Amino acid sequence: MSMSAGKKLEVIGHARRRVDGHAKVTGQLRYADDMKLPRMLHAKLLRSPHPHALIESIDIARARAYPGVQLVLTGRDFPVPFGIMPVSQDEYALAPERVRYVGDPVAAVIAKDEQAASEALQLIEVKYKTLPTIATPEEALAHPETRIHDYGESGNIHRNHAFEFGDVEAALAKSDHVFEDVFFYEGNTHLPMEQHAALAASEGDGRFTLWTSTQNPHYLHRQLALTLQLPAAHIRVIACDNGGGFGGKCDPANHEMVVSKAALILGRPVKICLTREEVFYLHRGRHPVLMRFRTGVTRDGKLTGMHLQTLLDGGGYGSHGPASTFYTGVLTPLTYELPRFKFDACRVFTNKPPCGPKRGHGTPQPRFGQEVQLDKIAEKLKLDPADLRLNMATKADSLTANWLKIGSNGLAACIRQVVEGSGWKQKHGKLPEGRGVGIACSSYMCGAGVSIYWNKMPHSGVQLTLDRSGRATVFCGATEVGQGSNDVLAAIVAETLGISTKEVRCVTGDTGITPIDLGSYSSRVTIMMGNAALQAAGRARDMLVTAAAEQLEVPPESIVLSRGRVFAAGDAAKSMSFAEGVVYAETRFGTLATVGSYTPPKPPGKFKGSGVGPSPAYSFTACVVEVEVDEHTGWISVPKIWIAHDIGRALNPVLARGQVIGGVYMGLGEALMEEQAFRRLPPKLSNALVHKFPSLLEYKSITSLDMPEVEVMLVEDPDPNCPFGAKEVGQGPLLPVMPAVANAIFDAVGVRIDEVPITPEKVLRALRLKRAGKNPRVGPEHFPHVPYAEPTYVLPPGEGGDGKETKDPNKRPARKPETAAA
Amino acid sequence: MNTVPKPIARRKVHISLRVNGEEVEVSFSPYKTLLEVLREDLDLTGTKHGCELGECGACTVLVDGEPLLACLKLALECDGCSIETIEGLAEGPELHPLQAAFADHGGSQCGYCTPGVIMTAKGLLNREPNPSRERIKEALSGNLCRCTGYQQIVDSVEEAARMINETTVNETTVNERKA
Repeated sequence: MSMSAGKKLEVIGHARRRVDGHAKVTGQLRYADDMKLPRMLHAKLLRSPHPHALIESIDIARARAYPGVQLVLTGRDFPVPFGIMPVSQDEYALAPERVRYVGDPVAAVIAKDEQAASEALQLIEVKYKTLPTIATPEEALAHPETRIHDYGESGNIHRNHAFEFGDVEAALAKSDHVFEDVFFYEGNTHLPMEQHAALAASEGDGRFTLWTSTQNPHYLHRQLALTLQLPAAHIRVIACDNGGGFGGKCDPANHEMVVSKAALILGRPVKICLTREEVFYLHRGRHPVLMRFRTGVTRDGKLTGMHLQTLLDGGGYGSHGPASTFYTGVLTPLTYELPRFKFDACRVFTNKPPCGPKRGHGTPQPRFGQEVQLDKIAEKLKLDPADLRLNMATKADSLTANWLKIGSNGLAACIRQVVEGSGWKQKHGKLPEGRGVGIACSSYMCGAGVSIYWNKMPHSGVQLTLDRSGRATVFCGATEVGQGSNDVLAAIVAETLGISTKEVRCVTGDTGITPIDLGSYSSRVTIMMGNAALQAAGRARDMLVTAAAEQLEVPPESIVLSRGRVFAAGDAAKSMSFAEGVVYAETRFGTLATVGSYTPPKPPGKFKGSGVGPSPAYSFTACVVEVEVDEHTGWISVPKIWIAHDIGRALNPVLARGQVIGGVYMGLGEALMEEQAFRRLPPKLSNALVHKFPSLLEYKSITSLDMPEVEVMLVEDPDPNCPFGAKEVGQGPLLPVMPAVANAIFDAVGVRIDEVPITPEKVLRALRLKRAGKNPRVGPEHFPHVPYAEPTYVLPPGEGGDGKETKDPNKRPARKPETAAA
Repeated sequence: MNTVPKPIARRKVHISLRVNGEEVEVSFSPYKTLLEVLREDLDLTGTKHGCELGECGACTVLVDGEPLLACLKLALECDGCSIETIEGLAEGPELHPLQAAFADHGGSQCGYCTPGVIMTAKGLLNREPNPSRERIKEALSGNLCRCTGYQQIVDSVEEAARMINETTVNETTVNERKA
């Protein structure tokens, strides 16, 4: 696109009040549960009290007859299953014959108010035949006969992915050292402050609108059409501003199907708002992952090869699981030069709420293991952990062993900045006993390179209109979940047209009127929506320039759009307001509207499975955490965190910094306390596997009192694939926090906690081991036998590969028998 | 067989409140909390809910000047009370300093916890015009936020306190001159 040469950025890069800031602080922003329509009814869901059972019968007669009740729905009303991934269509809006976790919805009551609906729920009589419960991945593998789903790889294995890039065993055999470590990352949940809510209203003739707290209105739109067996054109999904998402509002949800169906049947608006307890059951949060790393290094601290194995506890349904499984492997090689890489990943079903995407999707778990193992490597090789990382940081414009194309890369700058900012050299290994610092790095995608369903269409579309008042209206399917996507959209358009964001109206997240954007996930919005907006705004600008040049009788190259004026450079007399420019352009071209769209570049990998991991750009992060550990109580306090994030360019520094600090906050919570944990009820109470604490009080999260000071450093090296060079910031900064905490605890008191959350109890246990002269480590002891798939073998770029799978058995490494883990 | 639950009493009750400076009368089912009456019967949806169990602080409003979790208070108990909600903070188009500071300093991301946080902060500044950062963190420790990591919230409250105090100082100076 054509930008005026030498024009200084007037909007981009400046700290501004976000475009929706006023509405947020005055209580005017309308979230889904703030909606109210005439004749509106309320829905409530009946959920299973059993973790695994067959439904023998459901009697709804008494509930249906209860005063105020308008409708009762059960699984019979929803014969078609759904699921966010095309390969995992395994959920029903209401379970027709089997429930798979405590909280699985089985029936719905629609009544005049929530109170009546809740009362009527108690009158529904469900007869269950309980089935054996699978509580853990180990049980899932040991009991393939208790099959939770009748699809998947086999038994309770949902997905099995294995890839090998170069002969890893040969690389390990030639290494000076091979480190083998097992780590565990407990599951945790998004805990958005807004409970999910949805309101459906029939428009007549079989059409309806759904207002809902979703991050992905487009995918929901498709799934609604499928489940309700309606033409997609008859359905309009409006994503209300989300009160936080973090991945928890990505999946199409049972309650969204239920209110839509009910509104269609009754011809009246139907609303539901989940209780906080129900949000814990809907979940789709961080997978618990057990990991084994076998990593080869040279004595001077260079990686030679890595074999990573992961085992994911998927819960009761597929959700984003197939993608999550890939993500426990694919982004691992982005940070450090790694000539050969192999990963085996396996996701199993268990009788717990389904796991899915949470901020960092599948990558915080291996990132934790990788970065803690690097700390152990540095210790063993007597190298400084920061220098070790710096000396093998990946470079710009390079390819990883698994064929990911890195563009701009600010990792080394990030490491240098946190080392400098934190006083690392004066602190690491030098603070008094009980105090320590730890470092870790990470990288994240700026949008998934491939859509969730396969197609060749754009990932984001923008339409832009200009009206005679001098206002630009910009339409895009992108969804505001609090991250500031509307502000990004307005800022890019305003900058390009030389106006302020006040003259830009954003219409977003509405499948009825906005062009498709795939949604607020995978840190894709700034890059993909931003590039589409840049194209649409550039085209509008070209029309304005042409018309203004003709009117002012100057060459188009001399036209400048700036601060609400359209003028000829160097000639103050030849000038008009932006609104006048629009009038001339409309006179010249007719009604003004432009479009823009964005499709990510084709990834270099050509093997089956190469679609997960590629991205137009990658962000990089480095983090130093300082801790104080009380050796008598195990209590961990964190006085300060330094974090440097390679963002390409900060479009609005206030928001960018907020995303970084928010990511650090969430990572610190995962490191120290957050866990979605389960327990069995006593046998006399059914022995059911239940959530330990489905409440905000007992699910511990960091409060304002626990939160340390965070020093944020933004590394700005614009990436050519990104709008104004801006890379992601929503997810990456979470990733290095957990391992940096673990490494800091080692520096402080010399114990290794190889699992999260790192609780005082675990620290105390490790300190006791240390005092007893034993291995001062708390973490998983064993890695079970997992029947991993035969890997897809691909030669890495550094070994003359072409990005395709090597099928010739003579050109593949010989398969060795699986050795049991130590 | 389940016993049929007895529907709880729904016959409406009637109270008077002073909400954001306006006298209002409202009728509602007696089981309703102040939160439900504000949101459902008075259409003041600016006040949010995150748990309805007194755990998250999202529903904080000022009752007779003091921060209170509206989800734990029966509306019936509030007859004659003065309630301040987020909707009453701005004076016409003029944002309250807390609101302006939150909007400008990143105190609000998704915005869902914001009304509760701002009302809690207002309660604090009513009592303590110059709180330290530690004091602000203490006062806000019952308000959960999942987006910001609290740092920019604390910055915003500090900035608002500074703005309010400057205004007060200026007004005092003007008054002194007048005198």
